Amino acid sequence: MTSPTPIIELRALRFAWPKQATLLDIDAFRLEPEQSIFLKGPSGSGKTTLLGLLGGVHLPQSGTVRLLGQDLSALSASARDRFRVDHSGFIFQQFNLLPFLSVLDNVLLPCQFSKRRTERAIQRHDSIQAAAQALLSGLGLAPELQQQRADTLSIGQQQRVAAARALIGQPKLVIADEPTSALDADSREVFLKLLFAECKAAGASLLFVSHDQSLAHLFDRSIDLSQLNRATRAQEA
Amino acid sequence: MHLFRIALRSLANRRFTALLTIFAIALSIALLLAVERVRTETRASFASTISATDLIVGARSGSVNLLLYSVFRIGNATNNIRWSSFEHFAQHPQVKWAVPMSLGDSHHGYRVLGTSADYFKHYQYGRKQQLKMRDGRFFSDQAPFEVVLGAEVADALNYSIGQEIVLAHGMATISLVNHDDKPFTTVGILERTGTPVDRTLHIALAGMEAIHIDWQHGAPAYGKRNISAGQALHMDLQPKQITAMLLGLNSKIATFAVQREINQWRGEPLLAILPGVALQELWSLMGTAEKALFVVSLFVVLTGLIGMLTAILTSLNERRREMAILRSVGARPWHIASLLILEAFSLAFAGILLGLALLYLGIAVAQGPLQSHYGLYLPFSAPSLYEWMLLAAVLLAGVLMGAVPAWRAYRQSLADGLNIRL
Repeated sequence: MTSPTPIIELRALRFAWPKQATLLDIDAFRLEPEQSIFLKGPSGSGKTTLLGLLGGVHLPQSGTVRLLGQDLSALSASARDRFRVDHSGFIFQQFNLLPFLSVLDNVLLPCQFSKRRTERAIQRHDSIQAAAQALLSGLGLAPELQQQRADTLSIGQQQRVAAARALIGQPKLVIADEPTSALDADSREVFLKLLFAECKAAGASLLFVSHDQSLAHLFDRSIDLSQLNRATRAQEA
Repeated sequence: MHLFRIALRSLANRRFTALLTIFAIALSIALLLAVERVRTETRASFASTISATDLIVGARSGSVNLLLYSVFRIGNATNNIRWSSFEHFAQHPQVKWAVPMSLGDSHHGYRVLGTSADYFKHYQYGRKQQLKMRDGRFFSDQAPFEVVLGAEVADALNYSIGQEIVLAHGMATISLVNHDDKPFTTVGILERTGTPVDRTLHIALAGMEAIHIDWQHGAPAYGKRNISAGQALHMDLQPKQITAMLLGLNSKIATFAVQREINQWRGEPLLAILPGVALQELWSLMGTAEKALFVVSLFVVLTGLIGMLTAILTSLNERRREMAILRSVGARPWHIASLLILEAFSLAFAGILLGLALLYLGIAVAQGPLQSHYGLYLPFSAPSLYEWMLLAAVLLAGVLMGAVPAWRAYRQSLADGLNIRL
């Protein structure tokens, strides 16, 4: 049986902050290529820590975190940093952008740290600038906004810029940490639809973390982190 | 260079603090360099004030005092020496040349030196440079009412050849008794030397004698006892006493012997000094102040750099988000650290550049006044090797200071990871 390599694969993962009780205890979790998962996580459920583990910033005490088949524990810290930017894009809750750079420069940031993403962007669009522009207009940002300072944009526009940044150079994984929490209901849907479309176009999987259950139906799968995490279940019991 | 660009943009975003920091560093740099320049120039012009003179002889007092009034025209002689003493030593077998000096009068605050035409022949400064005429000629010993001006006197008072000058009795710019009955005529102007010669008016000893010929008990004569300039010319203008003399010897080896002989001479209590030794003695007095000034300016630079350190450290907390964003797009912790080092480097570098600009602006503004008031010539020259080294040291110190916030940010970004803390 040859199933494609999962984008994310967690196995028997256990993580605890120093001198604290086990925070994460996940038996198994998979994110398949081009799949979108809604991960419901109330605050304090360890979702930020989980994102840190997926980003390779922290390492689990036991178990494995595999991204595209690569065991992150097997890489050095700087190799993990490189691996993160080569293969994943992050969108945070808000204030995603460096306020003092232009919109375009913000989108281009991953290319400054990842040769691989630069190459892929150039392969597809001839230049990283063209790639950024294509993504930005795909996400509905007018060309005249691109040279403006990032902090002159509305929050909704900023989140779209963050999405473009996460997607430039076609990483296989986009991790979004409550990117819509600062948006109103209408722009939430619009943002998500654009994000889905661009992820699909780029062939990227999407891990979407939020506590807003009303969005869950838009995703391929929906998982509750507190169900997945045996540590919280043990606590509740 | 991407990282550098991000560092610059980030700084530009905090431009008010950044500019203040740069300005503080710039001021400290300008101060440091200015002190260094003044120091160097003072020392150089000081050491080269007089050369080729083997002994300076005056009334017995202290060597520094004698040096001050005879060479620097600062302060006054405690006593005069007799003309006969001068003649005695001028004819000494070891003495090659002797130049008399008579001080005590002034013109607009500039000292008047009564001397002989030999002064122009034998007085040397710097690397054995002789006095040169910029205009006109030296005075003649036979013409008592001729005056030769130092360059600064001529420039400051805007005098040219043919100018009639009235000398004043004593040393002050105002309220002096003028020798207005016996005016002098300018016959020559010396080239600039960067020494006290520039601030001196030179007249013949006979002229010095002539303007005081009718004076009694330190006051001018009135009425019938008044002697006119024309009458004075026909009188005996041989001086009775002078203030000091410069001696050149036949052989350097004889210097100490002649010095001892003068100091132990029974004819009159005299003091002979070696200019080089006295100059060093005097410099060691002022050198302490000069070193203290340098140390103070070093501390000012340190203060400027600590200001920079404070500014960067204070900004760290509010920039945690910036760091986390950079981490999420692939920046490694050392990228974050070098971002802060680059920031410190940029601030220090900009501070140094602005400091240099301030220094040259300062020199441009102060060059004239410094020269005319203090005789200190600050050249408009490129920084010396030593100055470059000072600047490099400051830059290095700035970068080292940047290592402190860099280390903190490194630790912070390791701990925070992708966690955006607000």
